[in-house]
Amino acid sequence: MKRNEKGPRMSARRRRLTLLEMFLGLLLAVVVLAPVAWMFLSSVMLPVDLTAKPLKFIPETITFERYAQIFKSSTTSDPAYVFRVALKNSFIIAAAVTILSLIIGTLSAYAFAHVRFRGKNGLMLMILFTYMLPPAALIIPLYRIYNKLGWLDKKWPLVILYLSFIIPFIIWVMQDFFGSISKSFEEAAQVDGATRLQTLIYIFLPIARPGAIATGILAFLMSWDEFFYALIFTSSLTSKTMPIAIEEFNGKFTIDYGMISVAGILGSLIPVLITVLFQKYIVMGMTAGGVKE
Amino acid sequence: MRLRKEEERYAFGLIAPSMIVVFGVIIIPIITTFIYSLVNINPLSSHMGEFAGLSFYIKALSSKAFWDDLGRTLYFTIASTAIETVFGLLIALLLNQKFPGVRFLRSIIIIPWAIPTVVNGSLWKLMLNGEYGVINALLQRLHLISSYQSWLGNPKTAMLCIVIADAWKMTPLAVIFFLAALQGIDYTIYEAAKVDGAGMIARFRAITLPALRPTIMVIVVMRTVEKFKAFDIFYLMTRGGPANSTKTLMYDTYLQAFTNLNYSDAATYAYLIAIVVALMTVFYVRMMKRRDLA
Amino acid sequence: MKKIRIFAAASILGLSALAVPAMAEDVTLNALFMKQAGYSEEDVTAMTQAFTESTGIQVNPTFVAYEELAPKILTSAQSGGYDVILGDCIWPAQFAKAGLVMDVTDRVEALDLDDIYQGALDATKYEGKYYGMPWLNDVKYMFVNTALLKEAGIEEVPSTWDELIADAQTVKDAGICEYPIVGCYAQAECLICDYTCIAGSFGGAFVDENNAPTLNSEENIAALDFMAKTLTDGLCNPKSLEMIEDDVLSTFAAGSAVFAINWTYQYASMNDESQSSVVGQGVITPIPGTDKAESATVNGGMPLMITAGCQHPDEAWDYMLFLASKEMQAKYCANALPIWKSLYTDDQVIETAGAEVVAASQTQFDYIVNRPMVPYYNELSTSMQTEIQSVLLGQKSAKDALDGLQALAEELANN
Repeated sequence: MKRNEKGPRMSARRRRLTLLEMFLGLLLAVVVLAPVAWMFLSSVMLPVDLTAKPLKFIPETITFERYAQIFKSSTTSDPAYVFRVALKNSFIIAAAVTILSLIIGTLSAYAFAHVRFRGKNGLMLMILFTYMLPPAALIIPLYRIYNKLGWLDKKWPLVILYLSFIIPFIIWVMQDFFGSISKSFEEAAQVDGATRLQTLIYIFLPIARPGAIATGILAFLMSWDEFFYALIFTSSLTSKTMPIAIEEFNGKFTIDYGMISVAGILGSLIPVLITVLFQKYIVMGMTAGGVKE
Repeated sequence: MRLRKEEERYAFGLIAPSMIVVFGVIIIPIITTFIYSLVNINPLSSHMGEFAGLSFYIKALSSKAFWDDLGRTLYFTIASTAIETVFGLLIALLLNQKFPGVRFLRSIIIIPWAIPTVVNGSLWKLMLNGEYGVINALLQRLHLISSYQSWLGNPKTAMLCIVIADAWKMTPLAVIFFLAALQGIDYTIYEAAKVDGAGMIARFRAITLPALRPTIMVIVVMRTVEKFKAFDIFYLMTRGGPANSTKTLMYDTYLQAFTNLNYSDAATYAYLIAIVVALMTVFYVRMMKRRDLA
Repeated sequence: MKKIRIFAAASILGLSALAVPAMAEDVTLNALFMKQAGYSEEDVTAMTQAFTESTGIQVNPTFVAYEELAPKILTSAQSGGYDVILGDCIWPAQFAKAGLVMDVTDRVEALDLDDIYQGALDATKYEGKYYGMPWLNDVKYMFVNTALLKEAGIEEVPSTWDELIADAQTVKDAGICEYPIVGCYAQAECLICDYTCIAGSFGGAFVDENNAPTLNSEENIAALDFMAKTLTDGLCNPKSLEMIEDDVLSTFAAGSAVFAINWTYQYASMNDESQSSVVGQGVITPIPGTDKAESATVNGGMPLMITAGCQHPDEAWDYMLFLASKEMQAKYCANALPIWKSLYTDDQVIETAGAEVVAASQTQFDYIVNRPMVPYYNELSTSMQTEIQSVLLGQKSAKDALDGLQALAEELANN
């Protein structure tokens, strides 16, 4: 009897709750997607419509001319061409940084979490401190060194520079992650006669894989995003990266700002695709950090 | 003893590559910058090249500009970190429920985070534009404003706009962290609490919040360090204006070095920034530990 | 103590390697230019190609945004990353004192100086010595949308600020344009450029003939009060406080302003159908004056300079002279006016640059004001931008702000 009474009431309440959740979800979707949608819309709207008052939110005519300009342009001084090359540069640099920093950083993170050695805490603090120093302060001496080595305006010296601040970040995040993996795995493996290196490769790295993928995406985005060092250390098409090309767009296309939106869309495409595709791993990576005994 | 030595050798083998890359690149700049903060390297000064001791630190700490910068930096750091943490948690709680469309929401929530900072800055600058910005158009359509406003040209709203632009991009990261943590919570505890008659809010305070505390900690520390050093978004959106209302310590450091040629002042600011960030981190960690003990 | 000094000096100077004389054919120069206004990237590339063909000297030109010029020069000048740099006319004094650029006095004095505009030359001078070759020649003008004026029944373009204010009021009252005046008053150098023009036309100057600061002169206060009043009266667009030159141009090009102060490039852009809806409606005229001064404009020229770290100053100078030669300046005058007076009577130049622009420039060039040519200018300018903005926002009185700036300038001058 009681059950029959409670059942419909509960489900009515549940329904109201679901409606509320759906409403909030809709609101959230609007907040998340509206700016992106606007960026796309303004990239296909005619210049005259963009500055019109009152603004028409749904344009009557659309144009993909700007996208065509980016893909077709072949004169080296055309910002559209520069942007295309910069996208490629950014991808090469970010991919190299991600792979190298993951390999180098993960090994160190493991050492910080599971191997005893003298000066561990001091070293960790030093690494964290380097991460806290703002780049604007280091750039003048850095420029002198790079200039002497002939490393300016080249891709791989930029990769090394990015590694120098992305590796500390990876060590910081991954050592936390390794720390949460039980030491008993290691002991068990050693009882079975595995060497330490074998334990690391066959036991820890597989457990750490989701975490490493998540951290790798962070590293990719940090490198893809980097602006200040690129501003100073790149100058020509050999090394100019996407953020710098976009900044140049900002100066060049203040009137037809649809072009800035096109660059924005294209510059976001790769990182958005990567994060959406690997999202499962990001969430897994963060939960896997909680693997308990 | 031998085992200890072997272990150390193993550890150094593992960390050597990192140390070579990291310190190889920045050790000289770090030391040079520190020397710059102690010796007058302002090429326009008549005291150029003279040892200055701590006088640049004293000059900075006793100038109003430094404290104004610090105030604005803290405002930006605290406001945006708070928004990201609170909204990040609320959104994560929502996305942790089961309702139609939640899977879709979970997959799109991450998009703003993946958009590069430079794009985000330009996008918001365009949307907030006082002459033809879409936000003005929208607010006017909704009759919330009577005429177009200059959001980035008004000292009262400029910093808030940057906070919003930054929070829009970075809140999703907090959501992902919280979602991951929420999925790690054992749901049988909830059932038990429900049986014991605990309400939704009581359950949240007794079970969810404590379980999320380490995540909150990670987000707060990580975002604080990043935001304190934020440069791109200010460079792109306001360049410190209007009337200095968005001039942060980091932006001032840039101005000192690259506009005023006061290299020593810039170096001093840089070390002060690192020290403040380090102090804030220590403070968080302490606070966290004390709570854990209590 | 001494050791530290030597170390410091060595590290800041970057101890450049000994110069090795080289044959011209082996020389490769690195040059730094900007992407925005003035000669386009194509123009400079074409000029450079012509130079290489005639001399055999290779040049790698790099083009960056204006905002990136200063950071790039400051990080590289002493180590010689670039040999030839394009700099803003407000930099030579600072660069010279900081030892970033070479003294080229002898080379400049060998030229026919009478044929070069004085304002352009002055901007490369510091303490009686030349540190650069004038190249880009630009000043600000008043742009007026005559179609909107006619709509309000006004036929004549104003020549004094009083007339301009009266016209603006008429246009506003008639409901033709909500904010007839627009300026680039963002926290940036462009604000100081506009203020220089307006203060100059009120008879004011920021420094006297000995470069001693005179920021809080009555004329300067009056000019700043005037600017603030156009905002409070609703004649000047309040969004000006977030605008730089390009925003002023796009506001004007959208038909949302009647009066705008801007550089020469606005002339071409506002008459370009792809970006403007006011084609044929705007005119370029000298900036209005008062009873104290007929007009005034700001020097926005950009000289070429040789960096201190340059290993081939002779070749670098040849390159600079080639770029600034009458031949090149006449050929590419569509995007920037020449520095040579004699070119302004050349029919080809008048046709390429536009008769209206040449005519306006001939009047406007008589009233050029240079921003203070002092090493501390940039630091002063950053403070001026903030203080002037606080006045325009009504947070401070013009007198308080300028008194404070005068004190700061005196302190910086004695540093």
